[in-house]
Amino acid sequence: MSENQKQIDKPTVAEPPEGVSGQGFFATSFEKAVGLARKNSLWPLPFATSCCGIEFMATMGAHYDLARFGSERLSFSPRQSDLLMVMGTVAKKMGPVLREVYIQMAEPKWVIAVGACASSGGIFDTYSVMQGIDRVIPVDVFVPGCPPRPEQIIDGLMKIQELAGNESLRRRHSKEYEDLMKKYDIE
Amino acid sequence: MFPIIQERNQLVVAKLIDKFGEAIESHEVLKDMLCITVSKNVITAVLRYLRDEKELQFNFLTTLCGMHYPEKEQLGVVYHLHSFVNNHRIRIKTSTDIKNPVILTATTIWPSANWMERETYDFYGIIFEGHPNLVRILNMDDMTDFPMRKDFPLEDQTREDKDDSMFGR
Repeated sequence: MSENQKQIDKPTVAEPPEGVSGQGFFATSFEKAVGLARKNSLWPLPFATSCCGIEFMATMGAHYDLARFGSERLSFSPRQSDLLMVMGTVAKKMGPVLREVYIQMAEPKWVIAVGACASSGGIFDTYSVMQGIDRVIPVDVFVPGCPPRPEQIIDGLMKIQELAGNESLRRRHSKEYEDLMKKYDIE
Repeated sequence: MFPIIQERNQLVVAKLIDKFGEAIESHEVLKDMLCITVSKNVITAVLRYLRDEKELQFNFLTTLCGMHYPEKEQLGVVYHLHSFVNNHRIRIKTSTDIKNPVILTATTIWPSANWMERETYDFYGIIFEGHPNLVRILNMDDMTDFPMRKDFPLEDQTREDKDDSMFGR
């Protein structure tokens, strides 16, 4: 077996957060442990409407392999997902549907807008197309591109991982978060 | 164009003029297809006649859509008919004043006109009298404009981030 092969076979373990360790124990804050678990097991809900969705399929495939980031378990039920990935043109008529999907997701939840259309309406500056999904739901990460390459989608997901890993346990109960939800008319 | 189509075109025109006279406003062959302009008062009678006449048998409504002529202040409807029996296609056009855009429905002749007329209403605001359910079909229900009219602005009016100087305006 070559040196290279050995490296591939070795299982990778997520980096531990800051903490105190000694013989037989490791101590860290609850928040950091939860963040570590959340960021490495994000369950995405793909809301794919057009060509960005095709790029996402490539991202999920063996070549780019989103599973390397702990996100191989796609959820097609909003109840069991953490990350709403909106990929593609969202028509105005689709807006209420997207909002409903977001509301049905359980906290904590993150949203990533993939591609120019989901982020700003893109080339479709017209009466029928939503000019960016941040008009109906709050968005955490925008991925530019028309469509973005799988590397860019992975970069966006890693940004979400960063947010999930460093999020305070109190954030979802904060006044700021409540105000944000109120801005979107979501209880 | 096959000579046989020319003969069929002549037959259609002759029969329509014989039956409806003045109400047949004009007829011409555009892009190898006969196009007849009809007064809106007789539109359903003409369509029904074309369907039921033994020699013509235009049994199929291929499509139906709206037109807008801003300089004439008119809205129009164009019907594409197809006779399976004679393998013959024609177009029928009719127009109405934009201030009172009411045209009789074709759903009584071809039920397939239902959704097409809803779409035409949705985009042009043409009211089809007698339609069983004339509501918007593609756009948001709360939309008040008719976006395919030529006076409707092309770009989305809710955007604030577009700087005109960046677009040479």
